[in-house]
Amino acid sequence: MSRRVAVCAVAQIKNEPDIWYQRFQGMLLECFEELIKKTGVTFDMDKGIRNIVTCSDDVFDARTISDSGMADVVGAHLRGEKKSAQNGINALGYGMSMILSGHDDLVLVMGHCKESQSESRNMCTNLAYDPFYLRPLGLDFLNVSAFQAREFMKKSNITDEHLAKIVVRSRKNASKNPFARENGSISEKDVISSPYLSDPVRELHQYPVTDWAVGLLLCCEERANEFTDKPVWLTGFGNCMDSYFPGDRELTSNFALKKAAARAYKMAGVKDPKTDIDLFELNDAIAYQLPLWAEGLGLVPEGESDLWVESDGMDRHHVNLSGGMLNGNPIMLSGLARAVECFLQLRGEAENRQVDGVKRALAHGTTGGAGQHHGVIILEK
Amino acid sequence: MGHRKKNRNVGIVGIGETKFSSHREDVNQPEMINEAVRDALNDAGLSIDDVECVVHGNMELFEMIHQPDLWHTLGTGAYGKDAYRLTTGGTTGGTLVAAADNLVASGMYDVVLAIGFEKLQEGHTTGGITNMADPLWARKLQSGALTDSAAVKVIAEFGEERAKRAAMTYRIIMDKHACLNPNSHRAFGLDWDQMDDLIKNSPPLIGNLRLIHMCSQSDGACAMIFASEEKAKSITDKPVWVRDHICIHREETLNLCNNYYPNQTTHKFAAEKLYERNGITDPVEYFDVFEMYDPSAWWGMDWIRDFFLLKDDEHIKLIENKDIMIDGKIPINPSGGVIAANPIGATAMVRVAEAAKQIRGNAGPHQIPRQVNHALASSFGGTMWTILFMLEKELNW
Repeated sequence: MSRRVAVCAVAQIKNEPDIWYQRFQGMLLECFEELIKKTGVTFDMDKGIRNIVTCSDDVFDARTISDSGMADVVGAHLRGEKKSAQNGINALGYGMSMILSGHDDLVLVMGHCKESQSESRNMCTNLAYDPFYLRPLGLDFLNVSAFQAREFMKKSNITDEHLAKIVVRSRKNASKNPFARENGSISEKDVISSPYLSDPVRELHQYPVTDWAVGLLLCCEERANEFTDKPVWLTGFGNCMDSYFPGDRELTSNFALKKAAARAYKMAGVKDPKTDIDLFELNDAIAYQLPLWAEGLGLVPEGESDLWVESDGMDRHHVNLSGGMLNGNPIMLSGLARAVECFLQLRGEAENRQVDGVKRALAHGTTGGAGQHHGVIILEK
Repeated sequence: MGHRKKNRNVGIVGIGETKFSSHREDVNQPEMINEAVRDALNDAGLSIDDVECVVHGNMELFEMIHQPDLWHTLGTGAYGKDAYRLTTGGTTGGTLVAAADNLVASGMYDVVLAIGFEKLQEGHTTGGITNMADPLWARKLQSGALTDSAAVKVIAEFGEERAKRAAMTYRIIMDKHACLNPNSHRAFGLDWDQMDDLIKNSPPLIGNLRLIHMCSQSDGACAMIFASEEKAKSITDKPVWVRDHICIHREETLNLCNNYYPNQTTHKFAAEKLYERNGITDPVEYFDVFEMYDPSAWWGMDWIRDFFLLKDDEHIKLIENKDIMIDGKIPINPSGGVIAANPIGATAMVRVAEAAKQIRGNAGPHQIPRQVNHALASSFGGTMWTILFMLEKELNW
């Protein structure tokens, strides 16, 4: 039984602050048509795609069953479709399992999200908290993350200056990525003087509102060469759920991320991520999360990420060369955005942000406040 | 290459259901889910530590909880485990079973717990369903899940008198089954002498669809545990095998014209492909039970033809002859079906769970009074989406 799955092609539109001129269907259709063109894949019942995994969310779309209305533009006309309603990293992991099960040779993974549609992202994520205890307190993914940020900054001596450095670097990297949201360049001073959203999280610490759509074609090992001569392999996947009440969690312990990573490392045969993985794409929705997740993945010793940031560890380990989520990807799709950058780097198609000799990369995604759920996927050349 | 057998066999080793009712005010969502999870673990003789992965699903806008698996971790037991959330409207429960089948067959997990739930009392179901229609073109026209398109079609084909009597016969059979199932939400005790009265006097909802024809909105949860062949055999001496599943969607059915292309329904397409690749030539003969996602009596009676690939009025005759009753030739929904209980995110999973219980032979008072070896279960949702499951008692196919 094969233990790896090929990513044969990806297609994406540009991340933008407000795609007012196009509906979800149009955004996905662009990705869909490009994938068909690149690979020549069909929907033949024997040899083509029989099942599609979509990724979107009812609350962000303000539409019950947010995949209804999408089936046609992802090719699910008289074919199967399943919606992953959490971070796209799990859509990819689930797509991987569909192929490893032997049930499918080919799986199309398609994601869409327009954050610009909702009046407030915090209103959406406030709805993730239970109606009895936490929702009435006004908790949302931002202010719960602020608790985590404060704890982590204390634990790892992360300062406002460190965070400013992370944000400025993200903007700089993103300027080399043609699909990244165009945010303009900023200085560390701009970051440090930007207003607090939820102390200690400042406006420029948080990823901006973003609209995006993306598609990936997955294939079993035996048939990958029908669709590409440069497959990228998914070799490991793991995810993990932490407890719900923020007060029940040790917010800086990276409990769920450590387990998710350990599972992915085991499946892919990774012994030491520092040496065995050449490039990392982390789900940094808020600036402090970049070093926190780096600790959780075993990239940085616990409590020492201040030194890592100061000594340019982010560049040394090739972390978030795409600009990361911090530059702007919709929350639902950030894991897919991470995987797409790994795919491009492994194929040598990352243009002027290309790193030489990338053989193995890691993409990461989180769902929930302060990373209640983490997913980690390993991609290889 | 075409469809091939999955890489490992997957067995159902634990089944849990809550009682279904209109109001579960005594429990909150995670507590209600926990009832089904504990029931499934007890059924399998497992502890939550034996579960590696949890798959969860429902519809967010019904209860207005965003990504409720995060909160529900308190009741699902997902803490520290791999956790997936998949949703596809009414088919959600089926999507979860299909996902568990895939996740176990993939070799990534040996034991997977799937949970479907809904607490419709806490939201507005018809408002929620109406909100799935396209905001620009269809939302102002949509009437939730209420439609008489099936009635229009069946009446046009078989005449008003026969169609209405067959639909009500189907309805009364379902109620008779529901009365046997202790978990039913609605079990009225309907009898044949009420037929004419119900046809005429049940409050009309839309066109020929009357209140008595329509499914309920319910609170409840269903949990199922799936394991690899080796594990399944060590957990239970009565695993039920998931032989195959097929998932078929289409979108433009909102354009009503397509309801008049009977050769293209997703139900029929799914059935044809599933039977073809599993060598089933006579489904009515092959299967011993069919648990169908029947949102209304009209849809239920009409869909029998698609699922069993019947011709002309063969499906009407199955109803008129009461062949679909629990002791009939091909029992349909001995559980009472969806008209008896419809906690939407769980409903499609309940179909698979009930079909599996029939194969195990321990369904309770609604156990079919003869050996059940082969079961079919269907899911319905979205804009006419279908998932079909084949379950088997033996590993001999």
